[in-house]
Amino acid sequence: MARPKLRASCHVPDHAGRYGEFGGRYVPETLIAALDQLADQYEQARHDPDFQDRLSDLLKHYVGRPSPLYHASRLTKLCGGAQIYLKREDLNHTGAHKINNTLGQALLTLRMGKTRVIAETGAGQHGVATATACARFGLPCVVYMGEEDIRRQAPNVFSMKLLGAEVRSVTSGSRTLRDAINEAMRDWMASVENTHYILGSVVGPHPFPRIVRDFQSVIGQETLAQCNDQIGRLPEVVVACVGGGSNAAGMFYPFIEHDAVELVGVEAGGRSSAAGEHASPLTYGSPGVLHGSYSYVMQDQDGQTCDVHSISAGLDYPGVGPEHSYWKATGRVNYESCIDDDALEAFETLAKNEGILAAVESSHAISTAMRIAGERPADQVVVVCLSGRGDKDSAEVARLRGDDDS
Amino acid sequence: MSAVDQLFQELKKQGQKAFMPFITAGDPNLAFTSTLLKTLLRHGSHICEVGIPYSDPIADGPVIQASYTRALAHGITLSDIFEMLRQTTPELAAPVVTMVSHAIIYRAGLKQYVKTAKQSGVAGLIVPDLPVEESKPLQQICQAENLSLIQLITPNTPRDRALRIAASSTGFIYYVSVVGITGERKQVPQSIKDNVGWLREQTDLPICIGFGISNPEHIRTLAPMADGLIVGSAIVRRIAALDEQSEAEVLQDVEDYVKTLMVAISGC
Ligand SMILES: Cc1ncc(COP(=O)(O)O)c(C=O)c1O
Repeated sequence: MARPKLRASCHVPDHAGRYGEFGGRYVPETLIAALDQLADQYEQARHDPDFQDRLSDLLKHYVGRPSPLYHASRLTKLCGGAQIYLKREDLNHTGAHKINNTLGQALLTLRMGKTRVIAETGAGQHGVATATACARFGLPCVVYMGEEDIRRQAPNVFSMKLLGAEVRSVTSGSRTLRDAINEAMRDWMASVENTHYILGSVVGPHPFPRIVRDFQSVIGQETLAQCNDQIGRLPEVVVACVGGGSNAAGMFYPFIEHDAVELVGVEAGGRSSAAGEHASPLTYGSPGVLHGSYSYVMQDQDGQTCDVHSISAGLDYPGVGPEHSYWKATGRVNYESCIDDDALEAFETLAKNEGILAAVESSHAISTAMRIAGERPADQVVVVCLSGRGDKDSAEVARLRGDDDS
Repeated sequence: MSAVDQLFQELKKQGQKAFMPFITAGDPNLAFTSTLLKTLLRHGSHICEVGIPYSDPIADGPVIQASYTRALAHGITLSDIFEMLRQTTPELAAPVVTMVSHAIIYRAGLKQYVKTAKQSGVAGLIVPDLPVEESKPLQQICQAENLSLIQLITPNTPRDRALRIAASSTGFIYYVSVVGITGERKQVPQSIKDNVGWLREQTDLPICIGFGISNPEHIRTLAPMADGLIVGSAIVRRIAALDEQSEAEVLQDVEDYVKTLMVAISGC
């Protein structure tokens, strides 16, 4: 018989940044003062109506929120089951959910009196969103990006430069998101007195996972209200893809204490379940320490981080945010993984049937949601977080399909 | 009392400052590390810091990062490193401490790591990514096994916090000279003197300074205010020359280099 699990609480993290046993702060002493300052300023900002008004105003008039909740009727018909709704984060300014977080953190940067911003990026969406927020507030911005990601997400690299950011190519390790985070942390080690690090997901040392979750929670809050408006009740299932886990955390968090709503996180299943072929720490990994936090991670028996693979740069990461580990441990969220080929197929299906090019990251969630919808009756509702748009991926998808010569 | 405590007591009696080289285990292989340890400690180094290679070292600059990458590329494992230390430490006249990421200790298991370190003749641990708030469980285990858990204080550590770190540290306090990552630097910051001077009045623990130290002038500036000095990247960089030079040449180069630093430190 399954052991009864502790009920997941919304009242996390605690003072030490713990979500149950997960989270915490495992970073060099050099960064502690800045993390304390950030936690402190964030706590004040949370209760400061001026800060909240300024952020809400930006989200409305600059980002274009609320983003629509769209009934994908042709996709629904194709799957032949539950009604599929898409939360259209792809329609935000800059084309993904990442802007919700970067505007919030840019306001915190100003509040702390810091004059320079650094960021890491995988798919380039967080890099573009950070460069955008920095341009909007006149802050100089440096974005670290793995060499491999610079290649496969080239359109976003041009955008960042046009927005005035400096993009620094990272050639260490696997040349992907994990290495970009390492380089950004090293920059921060030396620049912490005048620089804020706008981390792009619910990962890293406390208070980052909490701050990013809170700024992204607008996704789930709007979805809750829109479900009540448009269908008169809450959905049966909510699905989101999980890289570091920020769009999923933002989508899930407002639903956590609505026990009847099933929550499904979708990791990158890559080519197969063999080590090194996927990026699914919650599915195949175990708890350990990476990038300042205790959470599920892909590590070898010595604690060395393993190489991972995903077709999508934004999910190609060996770790995951600590709150997801907590939700896994409590059983509140189910985590699955979706392989590269299935994500690509969903990418094409959505494009052809709904006229929407989704980000390859989001296509992982679409694929799983299509399967779930197909298994359910037509009177149920499945909401998917469409975390970003796929323009950045068109060329790479064409290359993978072998039609890039046209 | 750990072997680190004994060392500093002894040095204090002699009015001598500790010279502490840092090297990376397994760079480029463990046989070389063993030879290097013996060479360094034979030529008067008082204690040696052995870095356990880690895939994601965020406190390290390019030189030490590259040494970790070289070692890991050769498939080195933690148990190989401990086996090398177990065989080498009995021949050494001075203590060895490991510089190791918490990611590695956690994966090994805190108790298991400390136990194996002890069995391998290791006298203490420096865990650069374990802040004082998270250090209690490891501190208790180290105390039970009589190993030092050396903690770090940086120029931007607030003073009330520095007191807490000093109270929970054992062996010595590692004072990081700069706000930044490891790597050689031209100059040592001015703030050190005030900060270390203040710290000295708050604690009886020895204070060793590290990060950025690479020449006799640095040593002459810093040694008067410290109980020991740590030199890492400047040594590790010389080992990287194994690409082009023979082992004997590299060992000679490191020996000559360390000698110039030792002369400077013994004059202080
Ligand atoms: C569109 C999109 N979705 C999802 C992700 C994955 O990040 P997270 O799991 O933090 O939402 C990214 C990251 O780059 C992204 O660009």
